[in-house]
Amino acid sequence: MSQPMPPLRVVESNDPVAVPKRVALVRPDARATLRRVEERWVMTYPNLILREVICFQVVVVALSIIALLFNAPLEGIANPLETPNPSKAPWYFLGLQELLHYFPPVVAGVVFPGLVVVALVVIPYAKINLSARPLWSGDKARTRNWVGGAAGFLAVFFALFGCWPIVVPTLLIGAAMFSVYGGGQEGRLRRFLVSVTLPEWIMTWFILVATVLTLIGTFFRGPGWSLVWPWNMYPPA
Amino acid sequence: MNGNAFSLSQLGTLIRGSAVYRSIVRHGAADTNRNRSLVIFENLFLHVHPVKVREKTLKFSHTYWLGGITVSAMVVLIATGILLMFYYHPSVPQAYRDMKELKFVVDNGVFYRNLHRWAAHLMVLGAMLHMARVFYHRAYRPPRQFNWVIGVVLLLVTLLLSYTGYLLPWDQLAFWGVSVGTNMAKEAPILGPPIRFLLLGGNIVSENALLRFYVLHCVLLPASLIGLLGVHIWRVRKDGGVQGPPEPPADDEVEP
Repeated sequence: MSQPMPPLRVVESNDPVAVPKRVALVRPDARATLRRVEERWVMTYPNLILREVICFQVVVVALSIIALLFNAPLEGIANPLETPNPSKAPWYFLGLQELLHYFPPVVAGVVFPGLVVVALVVIPYAKINLSARPLWSGDKARTRNWVGGAAGFLAVFFALFGCWPIVVPTLLIGAAMFSVYGGGQEGRLRRFLVSVTLPEWIMTWFILVATVLTLIGTFFRGPGWSLVWPWNMYPPA
Repeated sequence: MNGNAFSLSQLGTLIRGSAVYRSIVRHGAADTNRNRSLVIFENLFLHVHPVKVREKTLKFSHTYWLGGITVSAMVVLIATGILLMFYYHPSVPQAYRDMKELKFVVDNGVFYRNLHRWAAHLMVLGAMLHMARVFYHRAYRPPRQFNWVIGVVLLLVTLLLSYTGYLLPWDQLAFWGVSVGTNMAKEAPILGPPIRFLLLGGNIVSENALLRFYVLHCVLLPASLIGLLGVHIWRVRKDGGVQGPPEPPADDEVEP
C-alpha cells in the first residue's frame, strides 16, 4: 500500500445516518471464521409445488397397486368368548407386547413407553444433543467410564430379566462405540464411526432395539407367545 | 396452426385475462418471479410455504420426501375414509356386516378399504422414518426445538388414529388387538383404569367402545391432526425452511 491507513477514530453515537459503521468485537475464544457459505435459493412455485404433486401421485399410484394386489385382513366376527392364540396388537405396538413377555405389565405397558415419549420430547432441549462433537473427541477416559458403565449396566439389567432382544443390540452398539476408542482414522468405515456423536449412538441403539423387538413380536411369536418360525405361527388345529 | 383455430394457450390467456378469473386469482400467469411469489403468498393453503426454498433441500436424498409421503398418505386416508363412512355403521353386529357389504356388494368397496388400510400403515411408517431422518440431520436444534415436539405429538396422534381405526371392522383381529392394548393401559397407576373406562365406555371392549373409537377416529383425532399439521408445516417456514444437513465442525472446533 502506498498510503498509510488513517488512524481509527472511535465515535460514540446512536445516529445511524451520521455514524453508519458498525464494529464487531471478536473475543479470542470465539470463532471469527464464516461458516455458512451463500446458498442458492429457488422459487417455491414451481420447484417445490411440482415435487409435492409428483410425490402425491407416486404415493397414490403405489398404494393403488398394493390395494389391487393385497386385500386388507378380515377375520370372523368379534367373539369375546373365543380368544385367538396368539392374540396380537397392531404391528407398531408389538415391540411393547414383546416386552410384556419379560417385564410386568406396568413396566412394559406404562413405564417404558412413557420413558420413550419423554426422551423424544426432551431431545431438542438437552445440551448433549446440541453439540455436534464426535463421541471420543473430549476427555477420553471420562467418556470411556460413563459410556462403558451405562452400556454395561443396561446389558446386565436386561440380562437379569432374560430380555436378550435388548441385551444383544446393546452389546453390539457398545462394541461399535469402543471399536474406534483406540484412535486412528484409516479406512472409510472407521472414519465414519469416529465421527458419530453420542446422541446418534443412543438413537441408533433405540431404533435397533425397537426394530428387533417389533420383528420378533410380529414374525416369531406363536401360541402362548412361544418362539416359532413365521411359517408355523398358526399351527393347524 | 390453422389461422382460424383457437390455440390452447390463447384460450388460457383469455381465461386468465377475464374479469371473473382476476377476481379469484389476482396475479397473472406465473411467468415472472413476482407472480411466482404471488402464487404462494396469495393462496391461503400454499402460504404455509415460504416463497423461496434452498435449492439443495429439494434433492430427493436430502429428505427422501418422507414428510411429503406421510402427508400424501394422510390425504389418501381422508379421501378413502370419507367414502368408507358412507357405508359404515358403528354398531354391533352391523359394523362387521358392513365389511362384508364392502367386500361383496359395494362397487370398488374392497379397493377403497384396502387403500385405506395400506395407506394407514404407510402413514405410521412414514412418520417414524421422517422422525429418524430429522434426528440424524440434527434438525431439532434451535430454532426448531418446538417443531420437533409438535412432531412427537403428531406421531402419537397418528398412532392413536391407526389404533382407533383398528377396532372399527369389528372382527376377531380388531377386537383382540384392541383388548390387548387397552389391557396394558389398565396397568398405569391411578389414571390407568379411569382413562380406560372413559375410552371404552365400560370395562370391556363392547359396542360402546366401538362408538367411542368411531367418533375419535372420524372427528376428534383427524381434526387435531390437521390442526397440528398446519402448525408443523407453517413453523418449518417460520424457522427458516427445511434445514440443511449438519455441517462438519469448523477447524477450530475439532479438539487436538
